[in-house]
Amino acid sequence: MLVSLNWLADYVDLTDQQPAELAEKITRSGIEVDAIEVRSQDMKNVVIGHVVSKEKHPEADKLNICQVDVGTGELSQIVCGAPNVDAGQNVIVAVPGARLPGGFKIKKAKLRGQESNGMICSLQELGIEGKVVPKAFADGIFVLPADAPVGQDALEYLSLHDTVLELGLTPNRADAMSMLGVAYEVAAILQQSVKLPEITYASATETAQDALTLRVDALDANPLYIAKVIKDIKVGPSPQWLQNRLMAVGVRPHNNVVDVTNYVLMEYGQPLHAFDYDRLATKEIVVRMATEGEVITTLDDQERKLEATDLVITNGQEPVAVAGVMGGANSEVHDGTTTVVLESAYFTGSFIRQTSKRLGLRSDASARFEKGVDPNRVEAAAERAAQLLAELAGGTVLAGSVVVDELDKTPKKVVVSPDFINERLGMKISFDEMQHILTRLQFPFEVANGLFYIDAPTRRQDIVIPEDIVEEIARMYGYDRIPMTLPEGAHQAGGLTPYQAKRRLVRQTLEGAGLYQAVTYSLTSSEQAQRFALHEAPVTKLLMPMSEERSTLRQSLIPHLVEAASYNVARRVESVALYEVGSVFLDQGMDELPVEIEHVAGVVTGLWVDNAWQGEKKPVDFFVVKGIVEALAAKLGATLSYRQAKRDGLHPGRTADILFGEIVVGFIGQLHPTEQKRLDLKETYVFELNMQALITEVLPTISYTAVSRFPAITRDIALVVDRETPAETLESVIRASGGKLVTAIRLFDLYQGDKMAADKKSVAFSITYQDPERTLTDEEVVAAHEKVVAALAEQAGAELRG
Amino acid sequence: MEAQLAALKQEVIQKITDAQSVKELQDVRVAYLGKKGPITDLLKGMGKLPAEERPKMGALVNEMRQEVTAVLDARSVELEQAAIDAQLANETIDVTLPGRTVQIGNHHPLTKVIEEIEDLFIGMGYEIAEGPEVEKDYYNFEALNLPKGHPARDMQDSFYISEELLLRTHTSPVQARTMEQKQGEPIRIICPGKVFRRDNDDATHSHQFMQIEGLVIGENIRMTDLKGTLDLLGKKMFGQDREIRLRPSFFPFTEPSVEMDISCFKCGGSGCSVCKGTGWIEILGAGMVHPDVLRMAGYDPEKVSGFAFGIGAERIAMLKYGVEDIRHFYTNDMRFIKQFERSEG
Repeated sequence: MLVSLNWLADYVDLTDQQPAELAEKITRSGIEVDAIEVRSQDMKNVVIGHVVSKEKHPEADKLNICQVDVGTGELSQIVCGAPNVDAGQNVIVAVPGARLPGGFKIKKAKLRGQESNGMICSLQELGIEGKVVPKAFADGIFVLPADAPVGQDALEYLSLHDTVLELGLTPNRADAMSMLGVAYEVAAILQQSVKLPEITYASATETAQDALTLRVDALDANPLYIAKVIKDIKVGPSPQWLQNRLMAVGVRPHNNVVDVTNYVLMEYGQPLHAFDYDRLATKEIVVRMATEGEVITTLDDQERKLEATDLVITNGQEPVAVAGVMGGANSEVHDGTTTVVLESAYFTGSFIRQTSKRLGLRSDASARFEKGVDPNRVEAAAERAAQLLAELAGGTVLAGSVVVDELDKTPKKVVVSPDFINERLGMKISFDEMQHILTRLQFPFEVANGLFYIDAPTRRQDIVIPEDIVEEIARMYGYDRIPMTLPEGAHQAGGLTPYQAKRRLVRQTLEGAGLYQAVTYSLTSSEQAQRFALHEAPVTKLLMPMSEERSTLRQSLIPHLVEAASYNVARRVESVALYEVGSVFLDQGMDELPVEIEHVAGVVTGLWVDNAWQGEKKPVDFFVVKGIVEALAAKLGATLSYRQAKRDGLHPGRTADILFGEIVVGFIGQLHPTEQKRLDLKETYVFELNMQALITEVLPTISYTAVSRFPAITRDIALVVDRETPAETLESVIRASGGKLVTAIRLFDLYQGDKMAADKKSVAFSITYQDPERTLTDEEVVAAHEKVVAALAEQAGAELRG
Repeated sequence: MEAQLAALKQEVIQKITDAQSVKELQDVRVAYLGKKGPITDLLKGMGKLPAEERPKMGALVNEMRQEVTAVLDARSVELEQAAIDAQLANETIDVTLPGRTVQIGNHHPLTKVIEEIEDLFIGMGYEIAEGPEVEKDYYNFEALNLPKGHPARDMQDSFYISEELLLRTHTSPVQARTMEQKQGEPIRIICPGKVFRRDNDDATHSHQFMQIEGLVIGENIRMTDLKGTLDLLGKKMFGQDREIRLRPSFFPFTEPSVEMDISCFKCGGSGCSVCKGTGWIEILGAGMVHPDVLRMAGYDPEKVSGFAFGIGAERIAMLKYGVEDIRHFYTNDMRFIKQFERSEG
């Protein structure tokens, strides 16, 4: 909403108000002033001139030499390139010494050999936006009315010594979508009264009802319709003052009839529409819901197909307007219009919102209807427009109006106690102060039994409940004056849940292990969504995605992490170590929430050890990542096992599923070499874990075991086994056969190569035997060890390496 | 004989002094004090001396032997020390060479901001509440006083999955869910999480971002409590010298509603590019919980009241760390993330 202070001053005394200070006061009390536009900028020496003569420039086709009277007593010669300049016009002249927006200075000059004493200006050259300049002057200089006072300040004449405030309105403050609404707000802030427009005009003896009949068939969508009929209209340009005001608030002037409806729209916040009475042809208006597939050509010459949920104004036969959204071309006011039907109505917001949204037509009118216009201003706006049409378009207003009125216009009653207000605020604002604020706001109220009985003005449809009054009192009292306290009452312990604490531990552990935290998007492409998915489930898709790339919820964190790795490597950050904690989504079908499971995943590529000057450089490998997962499992007290596996997108020989008990909770693997190539990555390893499964379980308190005082005895053993035999099998045989005496097993050597049969490998373990209660004898250790060796031979086909 | 003895002594001591290594000194010891050395010879030759001279000579030789041994031992210590010194000198390293890399990762800056805020409120007895990223329209809108067709839904253009499901546009549905669960009990929670809006990604917009909301419900929760709490939050995030100011605003789920500005941490309030010359920076939205919201969740607005606030983690991180483009948070450039390694304050 744009507010011209010159215009606002019609209703509120703004004498001595500095615009910037006023804007600050408005912002601080509730309506944010987004911008302050000083319309005169730094302009000076811009006057009204009269073009006495025009002749072609002898050396330039597009230039004219004009002799212009600028009120100095002698004519100034000005070279002008505008196509529409002509003798007899009153124009805007920037005389030598003038300054225009952007610091542009006007000096005497010679243009192609001809002296030019200034510049004839367009409105755009005075800083007015092209889209609000009347169409006739959009591509040339602006021509002023014939009675414009030559020699006088043009800025004054164009009302450019003005400041416009741009208000950023929250949806509740629809009341401030009108000059009068803003006037009430500013008056409350400045503790002044509001001066409403005085509406008087002479009516004809002929009545509106003689000229027009009205029927409303959709009272819920249109509970109030007022039509006035104005004849003897002479369509033409509006007076300059009115054009100035419209341009100041961002509305392009058209002709006096359209301008009057727009002016009253801005002044009262009540959208109006003018029909050409003769083109209506039937002397009848019927408001009804459209029939499915009904067609209307709107003012913008677009053919619109209507639906049964659209409200239309018809002449009893065909639609002449889409109610509250846009008029029809068939009933449009034109230069030859002499009689006008003026519509002022209350259209229910939800109907207008639906139609304007579907048709993609958002207008000043629809925006106001959507939020709800003031029921008590519908009639006043009609009368105000009638008055202006009589004054400015020579109209004769037929007596009375044609009206259908089923609208409840009674103000809402809000009852609130001063104690309630102070309790909510935590303050002690006095009863008198509250009364004073309500009076400033012009909220009529009575006091009974110590309570305020407030008639919330219908212009303020946001005032409904006691809390709304709390806010009104507080904002007028000043939010700055609210003291600071902290909540009282019983305190709870607060803190993280065990789950949340363990999630933090996951982050700390992975970071301690050298991974950096990434955050990626939950939305991905439908193609990527199921890649690397741990769970088999349908995907969740958006109804209307903004792009295919962000259309589907992910089922694995890996695709985005791998993308991030690729992004880094492409920018010469060749060692990447990232992890992410985030949710994956398993669809559960229509209108059921997808199951969200928190996963943790990581990607590592490039060098893992890089001690350059010591000559130690090791690229990342499978066991780096496995080591990280093992460390994490240890921190979380989760016993995991690993099983050779094949997964799409991963190296078929370098992938392990991770099991938690019998359940697969994740995997580790090298990215498949073709995938690596596609992304320009070197060997890249990834892991993903169902973190939720690992950290949901409640862990028991740690119970300490005494460290044994008795010596441990270590025996090394080198085994030759089939290549396919997993190391884990050997280890579990040792553990099972060694029994309680085996306290540690460490795999310390692996060999496969020339000195071995091709299908064999050698694995060496160091086994520690210990009894917590006593010193083991040699014989006991030998016996235990032999049992282990025998079990290895029997269960894993392991031979001792010679 | 005595003269011979004196000459020998002088000779030995000269050799000891000349020895430059433990080995050379050992050679001297063997040569002079060994079984085949001249001193032993002297002792052996004592038999030829007259009997009355023998004790005197014996004493002289022993004295000399002790003297030589003492000098030799002293020299030995000296040489050993020199040898150790030489070895240590040889072992000297350049301590300014870089140490072995210990790679420790770090939090993403958004997590840093969120944990800082979580910890501040945990200290004041708050719990952390979380909820799903995909929400029911009911919790995201309706339970928060935004019925279908409400004009304020314009502000929240959203990603719908079906008529009834959408990606949550704020973490407020977690508040609604918590209220429903707590069944009238007092509440103090912080709700961090990912949220989504239908925005094209650019320097200042992101279709996904992080929000941190707070909710307190109890008897006699007042607007002054909200202001005091926000003041603590502002100071914690941007420094103890900051001041806050509240401006009236509008949210469908609070009444009264406020926007909170903080005095500019860059210029201190005199006006600069960060605060666009106003001296104040808009930080968050807040308000007193709307009675309809309380009622819908089964609380009696006559008996309890509450406040709520919501803050964007990206906005805080951008202001605090001077990050100029919101997309940096989601690109995961290692060179970006690593900058948030160290602790602050």
